[in-house]
Amino acid sequence: MNKWSKRLAELSGLLLALVFVIPVLWVVLSSFKSGYEIFAWPPTFLPENPNLGNYVQALKKSNFGLYFANSFYVSTLSTMLTLVINSMAGYALAKFSFRGNRLIFFSFIATLMIPLQVILVPIFLVVKSLGLYNSLWGVIIPPAATPTGVFLVRQYMITIPDEIMESARMDGASEWKIFWIVMMPLAKPVLTALTIFSFMWRWNDFLWPFIVIGTQRKYTIQVAIANFVGQFSVDWNSLLAISVLAMVPMLIVFLIFQRHFMKGIALSGLKM
Amino acid sequence: MSDRKRLLTPYLFVLPNVLIFLIFVVFPAIYGLVLSFTKWDVISDPVFVGLKNYISIFSSESFWDTTRKTFIYVFAVVPWTFVTSLALALLLDMKIRLRSVMRALFYIPSMLSAVVIGVSWRWILGDNFGVINYLLERAGFKSVGWLTTPSWTMFVVILVSVWARAGYYMVIFLAGLQSISSVYYEAARIDGASVWQQFWQITLPLLKPTSLVVVVLTGIEAFKVFDLIVVMTTGGPGKATTFLVQDIYRWAFERGDLGYASAMSVVLLLILGLLTAVQFGIAERGGNAYE
Repeated sequence: MNKWSKRLAELSGLLLALVFVIPVLWVVLSSFKSGYEIFAWPPTFLPENPNLGNYVQALKKSNFGLYFANSFYVSTLSTMLTLVINSMAGYALAKFSFRGNRLIFFSFIATLMIPLQVILVPIFLVVKSLGLYNSLWGVIIPPAATPTGVFLVRQYMITIPDEIMESARMDGASEWKIFWIVMMPLAKPVLTALTIFSFMWRWNDFLWPFIVIGTQRKYTIQVAIANFVGQFSVDWNSLLAISVLAMVPMLIVFLIFQRHFMKGIALSGLKM
Repeated sequence: MSDRKRLLTPYLFVLPNVLIFLIFVVFPAIYGLVLSFTKWDVISDPVFVGLKNYISIFSSESFWDTTRKTFIYVFAVVPWTFVTSLALALLLDMKIRLRSVMRALFYIPSMLSAVVIGVSWRWILGDNFGVINYLLERAGFKSVGWLTTPSWTMFVVILVSVWARAGYYMVIFLAGLQSISSVYYEAARIDGASVWQQFWQITLPLLKPTSLVVVVLTGIEAFKVFDLIVVMTTGGPGKATTFLVQDIYRWAFERGDLGYASAMSVVLLLILGLLTAVQFGIAERGGNAYE
């Protein structure tokens, strides 16, 4: 490729990058503008005097602190559960040949075709009859059994040599110990990726908590924001501040673990 | 350790995951199918009505209207996401400067929740306060009712959906591109093939498995869209952007007609399954890109 077309590619890449970033940046900048300035016409690009007024007001006026706590609680516990049960399943499917192995594996993958959206009614009834309605456990447990997670762990564990398990068995280690003490540390790369993904899925989740949770005190941040938008007159100052706060954990996680993200997506997308 | 215990081990390991699947996916799916043949308003007991729900769905004008709009949305979002994410991936696959920075920036919207994205664009596209309308006016155009004019709302909902997901599929395409051996391109160059010819004759055919995954995933994702719409337009103006899932939600939780809502869900599930089967069918017939 000649030098000029390379420069042209770089230039269009940068312009495109702006298209993806400026909307987000605009929201972030707006959230630091004071009361009237966000509606100023012509609008200001940079806040005239950047301040946290919107944030203070939003947190004071409603229960957003609580909603954040709920989101952290749900995302953390659900992710822990995902890690344990998905790795257990992925390990068994990768390292044991047993009747039903392939059937179970393909059924897991096939459930990707039955998204929550098409079983809204029965899910609601099941959750209710199990006593999980309006309980955060109803948001934590059901989505934890992710097919993608099982898939990623299985594909990774297949590459770990069987001899490692065999020699642990010779030493008299129990099956649980082999899984927990021997295999889990070896699967660290895939578990890191799964942790990040799971936390992001659960943090950004809207439909599960929307269906399961009925009272405001148990709202997660996404449900709370959606509810806030639905009100008759939107308080944009608070809304923008809260939305930016809801972005922050994801942006931090992304900045730290960027490489894992890219790898994980490539894996789960390509081999499906 | 006894052999019996050894045999049992893998089953115990898959048990927790399988159990959650059975309770929260498989059973509800069957339960939903059963409910679709009943009339049920939650208060009294469900009554078996045979195919009545399906008949009223297919003879309802509003169902066809919603379905038509959902298809318009899906058949716009899928190709546009495909082209955009492939273009971004091709761009990054050229060895240009700042590519890792660009890749991160393209990916940022994919990190954000649909709710936050909906709020953000509602802010940007606001009729009287949105920055887009300000820029239009400055450039000498009239401001546009992005979220209050039905056709414009459909347009921006599609645009935002593409914007939100292109970065994600770009990563999948990038992995696909990097798995194509450079030998093919070298041979093509020796034969004097142009960049354009290389793209059509080498890149696209060899990307077929990846392309199929992207089309299937974006298709499923577009059909089940809900969060973004609820926040950005609440399905409006009027019912201009009310798609199938939101309609199901309304029938179930606002009108309390669980049988009818379940039957609609079954129809949606069938559409999803059918389209995926068709896509895989087309791909199979198209030759052996699966090496």
